[in-house]
Amino acid sequence: DYDLIIIGGGSGGLACSKEAAAFGKKVMVLDYVVPTPLGTSWGLGGTCVNVGCIPKKLMHQAALLGQALQDSRKYGWQYEEQVKHNWEIMVEAIQNYIGSLNWGYRVSLREKSVTYLNSYGEFIEPHKIKATNRKGQVTYHTAETFVLATGERPRYLGIPGDKEYCITSDDLFSLPYCPGKTLVVGASYVALECAGFLAGLGLDVTVMVRSILLRGFDQEMAEKIGAHMETHGVKFIRNLQIFIQVEQLEEGMPGRLKVTAKSTEGPEIFEEEYNTVLIAIGRDACTRNIGLETIGVKINEKNGKVPVNDEEQTNVPYVYAIGDILDGKLELTPVAIQAGKLLARRLYGGSSTKCDYINVPTTVFTPLEYGSCGFAEERAIEEYGKQNLEVYHSLFWPLEWTVPGRDNNTCYAKIICSKHDNNRVIGFHVLGPNAGEVTQGFAAAIKCGLTKELLDETIGIHPTCGEVFTTMDITKSSGQDITQRGC
Amino acid sequence: GKNEYDLLVIGGGSGGLACAKEAAQFGRKVAVLDYVEPSPQGTKWGLGGTCVNVGCIPKKLMHQAALLGSALKDAQHYGWNIAQPVHHTWPVMAQAVQNYVKSLNWGHRVQLQDKKVKYFNMKGSFSDPYTIRGLTKAGKETIVTAENIVIATGGRPKYPTHIAGALEYGITSDDLFWLKESPGKTLTPFVFNVSLECAGFLTGIGLDTTVMVRSIPLRGFDQQMASLVTEHMESYGTKFLKRCFPTKVEKLESKRLQVTWKNTDLGTEETDFFDTVMWAVGRAPDTETLNLEAVGVKTNSETGKIIVDASEATSVPHIYAVGDLTEGRPELTPTAIAAGKLLAQRLFGQSSELMDYDNVPTTVFTPLEYGCVGLSEEAAVQCYGLDNIEVYHAYYKPLEFTVAKRDATQCYMKMVCLREREQRILGLHFIGPNAGEVIQGFALGIKCGATYPQLKKTIGIHPTCAEEITKLHITKRSGLDATVTGC
Repeated sequence: DYDLIIIGGGSGGLACSKEAAAFGKKVMVLDYVVPTPLGTSWGLGGTCVNVGCIPKKLMHQAALLGQALQDSRKYGWQYEEQVKHNWEIMVEAIQNYIGSLNWGYRVSLREKSVTYLNSYGEFIEPHKIKATNRKGQVTYHTAETFVLATGERPRYLGIPGDKEYCITSDDLFSLPYCPGKTLVVGASYVALECAGFLAGLGLDVTVMVRSILLRGFDQEMAEKIGAHMETHGVKFIRNLQIFIQVEQLEEGMPGRLKVTAKSTEGPEIFEEEYNTVLIAIGRDACTRNIGLETIGVKINEKNGKVPVNDEEQTNVPYVYAIGDILDGKLELTPVAIQAGKLLARRLYGGSSTKCDYINVPTTVFTPLEYGSCGFAEERAIEEYGKQNLEVYHSLFWPLEWTVPGRDNNTCYAKIICSKHDNNRVIGFHVLGPNAGEVTQGFAAAIKCGLTKELLDETIGIHPTCGEVFTTMDITKSSGQDITQRGC
Repeated sequence: GKNEYDLLVIGGGSGGLACAKEAAQFGRKVAVLDYVEPSPQGTKWGLGGTCVNVGCIPKKLMHQAALLGSALKDAQHYGWNIAQPVHHTWPVMAQAVQNYVKSLNWGHRVQLQDKKVKYFNMKGSFSDPYTIRGLTKAGKETIVTAENIVIATGGRPKYPTHIAGALEYGITSDDLFWLKESPGKTLTPFVFNVSLECAGFLTGIGLDTTVMVRSIPLRGFDQQMASLVTEHMESYGTKFLKRCFPTKVEKLESKRLQVTWKNTDLGTEETDFFDTVMWAVGRAPDTETLNLEAVGVKTNSETGKIIVDASEATSVPHIYAVGDLTEGRPELTPTAIAAGKLLAQRLFGQSSELMDYDNVPTTVFTPLEYGCVGLSEEAAVQCYGLDNIEVYHAYYKPLEFTVAKRDATQCYMKMVCLREREQRILGLHFIGPNAGEVIQGFALGIKCGATYPQLKKTIGIHPTCAEEITKLHITKRSGLDATVTGC
């Protein structure tokens, strides 16, 4: 019946569907949210809009504003000493905004003549899916081409009490009551970002980390992020591996939970009471229950993700995949959107442009934000060899933090250059406010072949944080002190 | 030999200090003269020049104070409970800012000491091409000779002395940042960005502020962007008296000022009362007392600025000039610093690298900031012709504005490119929060010769404002609605 059926109405799926429809194709999008164990659900738009980037950044902003309130007194603003945060007001405002986005997407699909089904899709035979809606009604649809864009959902611990009493990021952003004293389990960016803003809103937060922070990211930067969070009141418990159980001591909004865990190092048992336990240990691809076996689409059994070629095509020629479910690709909204758009253009627009996954910039929105593009230092050393790299670095103090006397010698900038390639910048890292805004332009410059020389030739904008990159003189190899003193 | 110093720098500002410190790195004998002639109102300051004392630094800090005022309003939407009333007290802010500036003065003196640069707090004038006569405040004279002399005395605000009462009763930016008491109801008759920035933060901290403009605001900047900036300021609360110019300023018994002006539109004369009148009618190079005629250093007859070649050399051998007082150069701290450093490297470090003044990025720190790099749209049209350029543009809404219910009408960006072939980017303009941070990296991209296709290939960081630059696709030529919709 259709030229294209897309399973999953998230960042990738929607972008692909709208682009395909623009070429006059008959497109259907299926989107269905299986409620969380605690019953949370949401509308059209996928992870980013509902339980990812958008609410995360807004709550991060709420926390930053708390910091701004403190700073403002030093800048002459006067108001009553007691300032408290009201969780419900914040969640309502954020959910209202998300609701407007859900609505906006539905309107947008309608305007572009994309058929939208709020149904769970699964393959039953080649070129054919079965769609089941909330009421259990079933319809069948066929298409020439399919795109899998079902994204991921949070993983649980697999211990007694996890699904009954713990929440995940899927629940946090619409939680109707303040989470109170919270234990965050995990050291992913989701864990650290959530722990960060919860602490910024004034809550008692502990992060339980099994081994390292932000696996896959530059570890020097990861440790600095953790250190900053610690100086700002977030407690870290490291090297506790085995969770035994989560029990409910008292029901409520929030209730009281008792967490029991065992250390990997010794026989000590850890027991502590929290109002909320937030599990953020990773996400699993939604590929197991959509009938992929029926049509022969291979997935990576270890992680459930879908391997594709450089045109996002699976092993079954008429089935493509984009977004978080791709094996070996970055789990980012803009990547999914780009991949989805370009795929549609290749399928229907006669284009041959493939998605460029090299040097994709990212930002972790922890209290001290971290923006990066290109290689982490350890990866660069692995790939190029330490002797072939020059690493320039600098601490810096944002001007706005001077008056309130905040965090001197905490913000950090680092670039990794390839000596044998004209000192080309192959890794860019910045730890500081507005890291995303700073990093974006540098990512474009890296795409254009940025070298250290060009950096030195470029004039900085004064006074900003970004300008630090135009005047970086000290290398790691020199061993010189980068502590900042004055101007 | 005869000359005591290898290098004597007259003027301890951004350019002068950078040059002196760089020369000292090469083991040269260097001296710096710095002297601040008090303003007509009696204001003076320490070592560091305009930027540190009466420019970029205090300006951005007071801008931050105003931004924090907005943050306080936003915070309430994000759930922060702030008891009214909230008000701003000038003395707390002023003291904090002034203390920070003083710490920088101190830092500079320590730095000069560390680098063995001799510092004279004296006013210098030429006796001959190798000799400077220095005069302390007390009138004590010292003769200093040097092999090479760099003039970096910068500029000072002009007074419209043809207006009765202007000099006696008005202040300038030289005084504003050092006021101990609030300026109260303020009028700024202006031409340049400094006063728009000042009017902006004065409004932001709650003061009744009026800007008087005779013709066009932000001359020299892209005019479409300039209008958006002033439009925003109007909705922000700054009053504008357009196409008016002041004719006299009188002081009343109550200590208030009465300003009379001509409204060129209506042909009428109007009057009102203010606590402060801050002139911002331009800056004049500080060369009057240098005795340049005695040594033959040529200046531009119209502007009074010192004429230099591409190597910063004046018409007299061994005498150079950097910074705000050089003809045809941008009046920016980072360019002065870079020029000063490169000059020292050429004089003493066997370098031949000249300063590149092309594509210098800047930012105007108005309440809604404006950052730009490269050509304005008008300049591009003039240079290449309307048919040979393509302008991509977008109106966007920062995510943080949504919950805060802030008006994003003037949040806008545009990219001016060559139309043919590779579509090289000629200019980039951005209005929004953290404009300086957004533009810095893209300025690098432009230095790398970035093209529109390269920018499109760059994946965005989500959610940020900067990512919208990588998503620009609507051209002005198409006439289509340029509002960014949805996620």
